Amino acid sequence: MFKILKYSFFDLMRSRWSYVYFLFYLILGFILFFLNNDVTKAVITLLNIIIVLTPLIGTIFGVMYYYSSREFTELLLAQPLKRSTIFLGQYLGLSLSLALSLIVGLGIPFILYGIFQSSAILDFATLLLIGGYLTFIFVALAFNIALSFNDKIKGFGFSILLWLFLAVIYDGIFLLSMVFFHDYPLDKFALGATMFNPIDLSRILILLKLDISALLGYTGAVFQKFFGTSMGMILSLCILSFWVILPTFFLVKKAQIKDF
Amino acid sequence: MINLTNLHKSYTKIKVLKGIDLFFDHEGIIAILGPNGSGKTTLIKSILGMVIPDRGDIQLNGDSVLHKWDYRNNISYMPQIASFPQNLKVEELIKMIKNLRRQETKEAELIQLFQLKPFLDKKLGILSGGTRQKVNIVLTFMFDSPFVILDEPTTGLDPVALISLKQILREEKKNGKTILITTHIMNLVEEIADQVVFLLDGNIYFNGTVNELKEQTQHDNLEHAIAEILKESYV
Repeated sequence: MFKILKYSFFDLMRSRWSYVYFLFYLILGFILFFLNNDVTKAVITLLNIIIVLTPLIGTIFGVMYYYSSREFTELLLAQPLKRSTIFLGQYLGLSLSLALSLIVGLGIPFILYGIFQSSAILDFATLLLIGGYLTFIFVALAFNIALSFNDKIKGFGFSILLWLFLAVIYDGIFLLSMVFFHDYPLDKFALGATMFNPIDLSRILILLKLDISALLGYTGAVFQKFFGTSMGMILSLCILSFWVILPTFFLVKKAQIKDF
Repeated sequence: MINLTNLHKSYTKIKVLKGIDLFFDHEGIIAILGPNGSGKTTLIKSILGMVIPDRGDIQLNGDSVLHKWDYRNNISYMPQIASFPQNLKVEELIKMIKNLRRQETKEAELIQLFQLKPFLDKKLGILSGGTRQKVNIVLTFMFDSPFVILDEPTTGLDPVALISLKQILREEKKNGKTILITTHIMNLVEEIADQVVFLLDGNIYFNGTVNELKEQTQHDNLEHAIAEILKESYV
């Protein structure tokens, strides 16, 4: 598996898009510091960008990579390799290269502006961890969708729809149901609904870490009340891990029965 | 030895293979012919494990290969469309496949034969279709596998490369290999094939030598013989 991982990773590291993605974060980091010199504020601004952008990029790259490497995958399938080896290798190679672009791209400006001397280092690390998690989750989801549709357009359409749903529409439905059912006790429903959306979960996790109650919102507040800050963080990290493991499991299962 | 028994495969609504029974127990070149959509590629890919049959069994040297992977150490496969990772260089790709299989290789003489040396440090994305096909040939024949499967190997090749390919095929046959090949180029079939399997609508329509096929259709020319079968099937 590591051979495939290595080749996918290096192939991607040399592609133009990895550089674009890396440069984007690099420039974003510098602009944030240019606009305000405060590391903590920069982390909060970044939070809003990362929880929307990493899922989107993960989704698009995941689908794009799967379809553009189809013939290569076929070449690998004819070699004495297990299917799970091939697909896990490609999945991890892509996710790692995206995560690396994020970490190095943001890491450089933050290090230059003295993140190591700042008290916000743990907040920043949590933010990068969340970015990494979201990348792995959405690449896995995108691979699942791409494996289900041979038609590129359909694959793209569904994965963008999935991102749109989890990043935007989900919150809308959530909010509407809150308004409609405000006569009922909604704590448990809100908790459950949050766990089914990795983006919401990530937002709460980082806000718990930053300890900004003003930004927590209803679900965040419920979360904090229910589990407390540290328990809430551990729990949300566990659920995020499930969000990585389950789609990866289905990805391998799907790959095993698919015809190429 | 390759043994296919009662092989069935359908994609959603289309039945592609309808109970194929085939048995190859000798070395030589077997041409798998048939019109577009007759199931040639599906048949080949089933043997390779890329397509999973609905029913039936595939045995290689007596062992079932379904849901297994290490038997592919004994097969070299050349896919129809040579499309490789764009950012990889030719030599890196060759190294990578070598690294994956860990068998003895003879890529140097093949690179020499197809004059690929100037392209070794070029990225695969910028190569022409024909050159990529040559790389494809090198990747296939650099291993010494007892079974070789080629899907439309002549696509995009210039006459010089085509002659070299035929030369390789003859040598490999002499070395005692079983070579399955799909093609639409009848000259190639006439020149090199020991056995012809003709697929039609997912069934085996004919299985025998080129001469037997000509006798059965009463045509001297293989191309016309095939056309005759197709015409009959359309009626």
